[in-house]
Amino acid sequence: MRSLAGMHLGMSPMKLVFILLGSLIVLFIFVPLFKMMFSSSPASLLDTLREGEVVASILLTLYTALLATVIGFLLGIPLAYLLARHEFPGKRLVEGLIDLPIVVPHSAVGIALLFVFGQHFFFGKVFHAVGIDFVGEVAGIVIAMLFVSVPFLINSAKEGFKKVDVRLEKVARSLGASPWQSFRRVTLPLARGSILSGTVMMWARGISEFGAVLILTYNPMIAPILVYERFETFGLDYALPVAVLLVLVCLVIFVTLRAIARRWEAK
Amino acid sequence: MIEIKNLSLSLGGFFLEDINLEVKDGEYFILLGPTGAGKTVLLEAIAGLCPIKSGQIKVNNRDVTLLGPERRNIGFAYQDHMLFPHLTVAMNICFGLKHRDESKQEIEATASRLAELLGISHLMNRKPVTLSGGESQKVALARALAIEPELLLLDEPLSALDPETREATQRELRQLHDQLKVTTIHVTHDFEEAVALGDRIAVLGNSHIIQTGTPQQIFRSPNSEFVARFALARNIFEGDVQDGRSGQATFSVGGTKLVVVTDLRGQLHATIRPEDILISKEPLASSALNSLSGTITHIADKGSVIYLTVSVPPDFICLITRRSYEEMSLREGMTVYITFKASAVHIF
Repeated sequence: MRSLAGMHLGMSPMKLVFILLGSLIVLFIFVPLFKMMFSSSPASLLDTLREGEVVASILLTLYTALLATVIGFLLGIPLAYLLARHEFPGKRLVEGLIDLPIVVPHSAVGIALLFVFGQHFFFGKVFHAVGIDFVGEVAGIVIAMLFVSVPFLINSAKEGFKKVDVRLEKVARSLGASPWQSFRRVTLPLARGSILSGTVMMWARGISEFGAVLILTYNPMIAPILVYERFETFGLDYALPVAVLLVLVCLVIFVTLRAIARRWEAK
Repeated sequence: MIEIKNLSLSLGGFFLEDINLEVKDGEYFILLGPTGAGKTVLLEAIAGLCPIKSGQIKVNNRDVTLLGPERRNIGFAYQDHMLFPHLTVAMNICFGLKHRDESKQEIEATASRLAELLGISHLMNRKPVTLSGGESQKVALARALAIEPELLLLDEPLSALDPETREATQRELRQLHDQLKVTTIHVTHDFEEAVALGDRIAVLGNSHIIQTGTPQQIFRSPNSEFVARFALARNIFEGDVQDGRSGQATFSVGGTKLVVVTDLRGQLHATIRPEDILISKEPLASSALNSLSGTITHIADKGSVIYLTVSVPPDFICLITRRSYEEMSLREGMTVYITFKASAVHIF
């Protein structure tokens, strides 16, 4: 009777239903990607890889997303730390604002950025004076990616900092460490797992950005736009190998980085 | 000497007011107070880790009130030790030394000297997560002592330890202090711990320092109901422990000898909880029991329970229920017998 009850507990109807529903969503994500990867012949993949335009667009995507991540890191990590450690008036508002890029449609983000960084507008003029233009330029890709992807880094780093007991920093201070030294020697190493996984997420989100970049900088083309353009102009057969290459490159990078992040977080 | 003058602070809804303390060079000073009295916050304020509203903190005539914690040279050990989890024991101990102009050899020499002193040399390459409570306590101490602090602050150093480690660590703390003579402020809510370790005790409660004095002064003449709650209603005696018959020990206080169970010998303290003492009008004979006769000198009626002071001498505070109190119709001046087990006496 006992083992029967045990079996009954192990495979309750609820669990069965949940497994069924869970499997559906996993398949829904897995099947299209899997099918796409194998609908393109190795020969056509190799051919595509020899196309200068394709390689250039993939490299441009990786590079601009990386640049956005570096900027996001320099400006976002300090904010994440402040949000994790301090209470101040308007904190909830700031936290809400940080999450906003995730919910705003990205084509609208592009329009919004255009209004600030376009050459007829204030920031656009200021940056133009020092030789940086955004519309139709690489810098435009970078700010579009930065805008939509930085919440991932800030939120993840904030959670990481929160997990570091503030008293560890206090002990470090009592042992002679300045605030900078205590941050570098205690807080940062202890939060590095969350920071790295946030960084990886931000980079990944940057690479996958399409809508906001489309508005600001169509040319030079990042890979997602190249996929779109080939599909629109030449059809599925030409878009497919580029899409497959992009997904492959991303997979290799992120599987590696996430493994490292996970190992760091476990420590 | 450490001088704290008119220190006030408020943190959230919580505040301390007009704290005045003087800790002499090489003194082991105890800050005693109930949980939630703000003992940890006061320590943090002294170390510069918590902002204060007003007041002055001087360390050896140096005004440190406006200095950051890193410039005060005050060692700090938290109750739960707060070892840096990403660093080895050795790196934890050396942490503060990296901010000084010392060579690698000097740093390593200091670390291994302290590790040896505290008996943790074998742990140097371990990560904190693998240490027992007692071990990590010692690492935290070594780390704080490494910077050669002018003042050492210990926040409830014994309360996170299991009872056995606790007694051993308490003795080690005292020995360590006798050896190094580092001026120490030790925070605790445990009265026995305070009496056993402290050269002097300050009792903190209701946001103020209520009484400061030697352990004797605190438990012999508490200046208020609040201090009395810690000290009175307890029997604390200072006396001499020696070998007794059949493997047991004898605790002598004045002319009175108590049979006790302990491995310790020498000049020590004994406590007996008032509720562990039986009161009777006739002697209860048994070899395993302490049975003494005395006179009731005071009766404190607390409603459902009664506190009796029975002078043997010394004075024993005993707790009985109202029912047995009425059944025996006890009065001041009566002679009664007090009886308790040898194991009910705690020696420390």
